Amino acid sequence: MSESKQLASPERRDFLEQATVAVGAAGVAAACWPFISSMNPGTDVLEQGTAEANLAAIQPGESLTVSWAGKPIFIRHRTPQQVAAMQLTQGGIDPQDDRARTHQPQWLVVVGLCTHLGCIPSQNNEGWLCPCHGSVYDNSGRVMRGPAPTNLLVPPYKFVASDKIVIGEA
Amino acid sequence: MLSRVIGWIDQRFPLTSFVKRELTDYPTPRNLSYWWNFGFLAGFVLVLQIATGIFLAMHYKADVNLAFDSVQHIMRDIKYGWLLRYLHSTGASAFFVVIYIHMARTLYYGSYRAPRELLWWTGQLLMLLIMASAFMGYLLPWGQMSYWGAEVITNLFGATPLIGDRVVLWLRGDFAVGDATLTRFYALHYLFPFLIVAMVVIHMVALHTVKSSNPSGINLAAKDNIPFHPYYTSKDFFGLGIYLIIFCVFVFFLPHLFIEPNNYIPANPLVTPLHIEPEWYFLPFYAILRAIPDMLGGVVAMALSVVIFAVLPFADRSSIPGGAHYRPVFRVMFYVFIVDVLVLGYVGSQAPIGFLVPLGQIATFIYFATFILLPFVSKAEDRWLRARGLPPELQALFEQRPPREKWLRK
Repeated sequence: MSESKQLASPERRDFLEQATVAVGAAGVAAACWPFISSMNPGTDVLEQGTAEANLAAIQPGESLTVSWAGKPIFIRHRTPQQVAAMQLTQGGIDPQDDRARTHQPQWLVVVGLCTHLGCIPSQNNEGWLCPCHGSVYDNSGRVMRGPAPTNLLVPPYKFVASDKIVIGEA
Repeated sequence: MLSRVIGWIDQRFPLTSFVKRELTDYPTPRNLSYWWNFGFLAGFVLVLQIATGIFLAMHYKADVNLAFDSVQHIMRDIKYGWLLRYLHSTGASAFFVVIYIHMARTLYYGSYRAPRELLWWTGQLLMLLIMASAFMGYLLPWGQMSYWGAEVITNLFGATPLIGDRVVLWLRGDFAVGDATLTRFYALHYLFPFLIVAMVVIHMVALHTVKSSNPSGINLAAKDNIPFHPYYTSKDFFGLGIYLIIFCVFVFFLPHLFIEPNNYIPANPLVTPLHIEPEWYFLPFYAILRAIPDMLGGVVAMALSVVIFAVLPFADRSSIPGGAHYRPVFRVMFYVFIVDVLVLGYVGSQAPIGFLVPLGQIATFIYFATFILLPFVSKAEDRWLRARGLPPELQALFEQRPPREKWLRK
């Protein structure tokens, strides 16, 4: 454009042009936000973010699996012997005190997904064994043998009565 | 670095030369008015409809038992679902506003005339595809108006001689509009936008072959063209800003202007709403359907009223270039036609009683008479204008112009 050479300060025009493009790009980015956000869980899904579990029927030594946020939750009523054994050790690969993993020592609540690749471990007297790649967890849900890197997760939960917990709220 | 990457691409793909030829250096008449913005706007609306539609499809369920609730689920539970839906439903109306203005501009300025016949016809096909998409999309919320609209429109095909009943049955895949109908409409409503995109590409290839028309109607010499970028990119984006302001007013403040309250009642095959009318963009054609007191006749007239625009390049026999700019009689015809379409739209929106029945019939007559009279009027106007003496710029054009055929080929 020949006229641009006659401008007193062509950098002003460049600045305006770049500012316009920047504002336009910001507008496009902002307009993308609702589209991306719509792929998040909807309120109906988020409402499933808490689950109640009744513990009254679980005898010592037994366990119950409940569903919370689409995941299995293991609730284990541990015998005094199991509690005592667990409180003596710090676990294996990912050491952690058993007291830090429970609210009440006889009740163990963990997410029932192997921390390796998400299979559901099967229960035995010593804890759990993952059928997919052979990870072993003890009765505190702590990993004793790999390939799982970390202990079974303890979900946020709280006792709302002596025999009732709400999972999903700390 | 960037220039080396582009150089690498250019050796394998004509990127730079393509952008240069079709965008940055693309020659565009320098006298285009804002009426020439609407093609770009239609492209923008198409992109927005596809984007919102794909994200809505992530949450929508095409099943008679789930469809209505899934739309409410989108409105209430999905983050920004209300926005996506209102953008999409308002966008459908906006699409017709934009393409009707785009068409009216083509009529007024005679942009359909040689050598732009194929450009005009591909545009006609685009309009048909958009109408079909809009109609099928309207069934998806599965409300009362959705249901009865689809029921009535599919019944139109019952006017087919001999096999009408079977055609209707085949279209629906059911004895009435039902689950099979909803599912196929959904499948086709997802397919058609991509056919539209393909047709837009063809429309653009035709446009870039014959180049844009302009308000004077005279093909401008090379010195009167300017590069598309930055002159028309900036003009198009400025127009887009104005468009978005108006569009957002409707999306955020008046979204229910384009959604019938009846459509918040789930579809009920046993109850027809008391007053049933199509979306505003089909009203003129609907009025033509009702103006003919015969089923087959009405359907044929309505179909004809949509496709008859295709005859314009032949029906306009004037030798004066362009449309209304140099042609006062043509200009009058244009305005009569526009007013007539608005009258038809009004008649279509009202219950067919009293004076509205003859009014609709008169307006229908004028609608078709415009097309039938155009060959004779344009020829007579041509003779009259030449006898009266042409303005100097046209006179010069005719004196320089080689014989018609040769001029066209160039």
